[in-house]
Amino acid sequence: MEPASGLRLDHNHKLSLREFPYIVRWRDDRCKRCGKCTAVCPVKAIEATVKVQRYVVSEGAAPAPKAERQVIQIVEQVTDMERYCVGCGSCTLVCPNEAIEPEFNPQNKLLHYKNKGGEGYKRGGRRNDPSISTLDRLKFTRISMLTDPALDAGRHEFRVRTLLGRILPPEELPLKLVNNKLVADKENGRFIPPVREIYPIMIGSMSIGALSPPMWEGLAMGVAYLNEVEGMPVVMCSGEGGMPPRLLRSKYLKYFIIQIASGYFGWDEIIHALPHMVEDPAAIEIKYGQGAKPGDGGLLMAQKVLRLIAGIRGVPQFVDLASPPTHQTKYSIEEAVAKMIQSMSMAWGFRVPVYPKISGTRTAKAVLNNLARNPYAAALSIDGEDGGTGAAYNVSMDKMGHPIASNLRECYLDLVKQGKQNELPLIAAGGIGKKGNLAANAAALIMLGASAVSIGKYIMQTAADCFGDEHNRCNLCNTGKCPRGITTQDPKLYRRLDADKVAERVVEVFKAADVELKKIFAPMGRSTELPIGMSDGLSTDDKAMAERLGISYAC
Amino acid sequence: MCRLAAITSNKYFSPMENILALETMKEGHDGSGLGLTLKDLGGEFKDLKKYPVMSGICSKKGVKVLDDYMKKNGFRVKHTWTPKIKPLKGIVPRDYYFARAYDYPSSYKDKAFSEKEDLLMNTRLALRCIGEPDESIFVFSFYPDVITLKEVGDPLELGEFFGLDRDGLQAKVIFAQGRQNTNYQIYLYACHPFFIQGYCSMTNGENTAFVPIREFLMSRGFTGYTGYNSDSEVFTHILHYTARQLGYPLNYYKDVITPLKPTEIETRKDAEALKLIKQSLRPLCIDGPNMVIGFTPDGTCFMVQDSKKLRPGVVAGVKGKYALMSEECGVDKAVPKREKSKDIFPMKYDMVIVSPGAEEVKVWNQLQG
Repeated sequence: MEPASGLRLDHNHKLSLREFPYIVRWRDDRCKRCGKCTAVCPVKAIEATVKVQRYVVSEGAAPAPKAERQVIQIVEQVTDMERYCVGCGSCTLVCPNEAIEPEFNPQNKLLHYKNKGGEGYKRGGRRNDPSISTLDRLKFTRISMLTDPALDAGRHEFRVRTLLGRILPPEELPLKLVNNKLVADKENGRFIPPVREIYPIMIGSMSIGALSPPMWEGLAMGVAYLNEVEGMPVVMCSGEGGMPPRLLRSKYLKYFIIQIASGYFGWDEIIHALPHMVEDPAAIEIKYGQGAKPGDGGLLMAQKVLRLIAGIRGVPQFVDLASPPTHQTKYSIEEAVAKMIQSMSMAWGFRVPVYPKISGTRTAKAVLNNLARNPYAAALSIDGEDGGTGAAYNVSMDKMGHPIASNLRECYLDLVKQGKQNELPLIAAGGIGKKGNLAANAAALIMLGASAVSIGKYIMQTAADCFGDEHNRCNLCNTGKCPRGITTQDPKLYRRLDADKVAERVVEVFKAADVELKKIFAPMGRSTELPIGMSDGLSTDDKAMAERLGISYAC
Repeated sequence: MCRLAAITSNKYFSPMENILALETMKEGHDGSGLGLTLKDLGGEFKDLKKYPVMSGICSKKGVKVLDDYMKKNGFRVKHTWTPKIKPLKGIVPRDYYFARAYDYPSSYKDKAFSEKEDLLMNTRLALRCIGEPDESIFVFSFYPDVITLKEVGDPLELGEFFGLDRDGLQAKVIFAQGRQNTNYQIYLYACHPFFIQGYCSMTNGENTAFVPIREFLMSRGFTGYTGYNSDSEVFTHILHYTARQLGYPLNYYKDVITPLKPTEIETRKDAEALKLIKQSLRPLCIDGPNMVIGFTPDGTCFMVQDSKKLRPGVVAGVKGKYALMSEECGVDKAVPKREKSKDIFPMKYDMVIVSPGAEEVKVWNQLQG
């Protein structure tokens, strides 16, 4: 093929497709030139163009070849790194003839070029590391059989529940003996912190601005259904950015954890709704860090700040909403943590558990020990490096952060050393269900010491068919052009997503995970309480990993 | 599976009664060992009730070390009992089996009993620490009016080996267990009954929640919560922790190891306290399969089951003598003349409590409170 027009004879000044992370395979013989693929492409990585084609024909009985030229229409991948194919595959989905498909190119040099104008590469999603994570290398190897008959996941009653809130040590319970019975001593004056019984898999913080209206609504409906109909006390965190005003004033608020982060977005509305709340929220989460982008604040790009979002957050439309990396009004851990917890507790009359969320870090134990000494701290949520985000610099996502498994484990063992393992619940997040093994990953973290786990990316993938994966597929969450309608505020895009279907999937996912958790716990003989810290049930095939986590090595 | 035989009586009896009861249950255990705990001692210890009795096994070298240690710490031997060993094929005799009554160091004479209890426990632990590496000293208990014997082998043969059939060793409460800890390594310290500061228990089954429970107990800051060569030892320590350390009445032991469901808790008068206990003692909850037989310092004996899988267990007898056993045949051997229709097979909500002196038996139902 030759260029139909043009001043240069070759393409040597351009990047070759080999540099690109996805190469679009287009089949001339199948394409009917309907143009759907080029129209749907969220990044305009392909375009319809024309080429001059030379071909040889021969007419008559004797061979008399002659060259002729014709203009043909083709679909071509552009070689502009600003419009690189993200591999989402939307083109394949709309193509009536299976004529087009992006193919991952492991040799790509995206990161070499994606810094035009001196701006680092920003994206959504999670760490681009498709290797098997630690969580997926943990196996449940202590199987009950003869000395301890296994439980029957289908017959025995299982109580897959956990506690969220500060739990008093037994020695400090305000109890007294009356007629040889223990009764709560009301005159003791001891503060009894609020504790919620929840399902051990929570939906983590994803804001109503980062998510599209049908996505957030779908999750919220799914959570409400799980609670009201299925009797599963699943809770969901609002993320930073407030909550719909009607929801704040509804009885369903009890299924939500409201997040406050360094930008305080949405809190004007929340504070104003406080006197009208008919239920307390499940908890308050104070975000100090996020596993996907440690040291970074939240970021909602201007293109996603439409009227609804601007209204809820109390900001003008179409401005970048960047939360500072840390809470600016505080300067020490005592203030940043203790005072914030106090303030939040006070706002709800000390009836709501308040806990901080940090990104996985080698310094997690410093925070933990501060919380262990703070009787109002309700839990600690640690978000590992495999957590997702709506928008961050690629370097933060790929290179910053701490894996959750060892971070969680050392925090748990530190609490064990202090005898506070039951007092301060640990919530683990970041990469749970990365390979689809939600229940197994959750159970493994629980056995390493987590009281609960939190999921984000996984629920987007499984409930709303998010394209994102660890080969940098799609990851357009930051641009507002999510081809699935999950992380966009553009009605043309989010109408692709049906909130009811999302809710339905959320319910299915949790019900299936519940069955799978029981299938794990039953042969291990645990059913009445969660096997928190039951590390003797775990093994890994890596000696160093086993040693670090304090579990057995099995091969 | 372990087989358990506990007898409580208002009269002194020989531990051979327990061993013979175990023998009837032989199909259910592998005869790999014997653990005996005697409380409320008769025979030659009848008049030594206020003196702590140390029971254990030493090598020749260990005896010297033990003697030196006890002397250095001011303990004086009041009385020594050693079994009249009858060599038997298959049982490798150790150098020195003993139960010795000591007088407290003079500095402890006027101290409160709880302080004395701590001294005794710390002495036992110190000796264990000294003798464990080379297995020169095993100390199973050191407490007034209590003797513990443990050895590897067939229970009946061990009874003969120790000469218990010829000896005058007697007590009013005797616990016997007929198996070494075969779930893990065979080791004398892993053999139940386990004893700590007046509380004793033995267990049938395997404790799946062993590790978190062990971690919780070990982090209570109480030096006695150590050892754990067997997953059953935690049952004794949970008993000690709830009853002695937290001061809960005995029935709350059941509420701690097998807490009720929230809806069930609501039916109890002490619901508010129960909710708090359930949260704060969450790591001590067991899943079974376990049947636990235990005694408390006042001589009360009890039997409880886990709430799901259950293990065989029966309590039966007559006023003045009750047997708490794994199997009915064991009770038949120990208390043949009784009204069998009154035999009690505790189920998941029950705690069977036999009062001191085997005066009466009560079934406490967890749902009723």
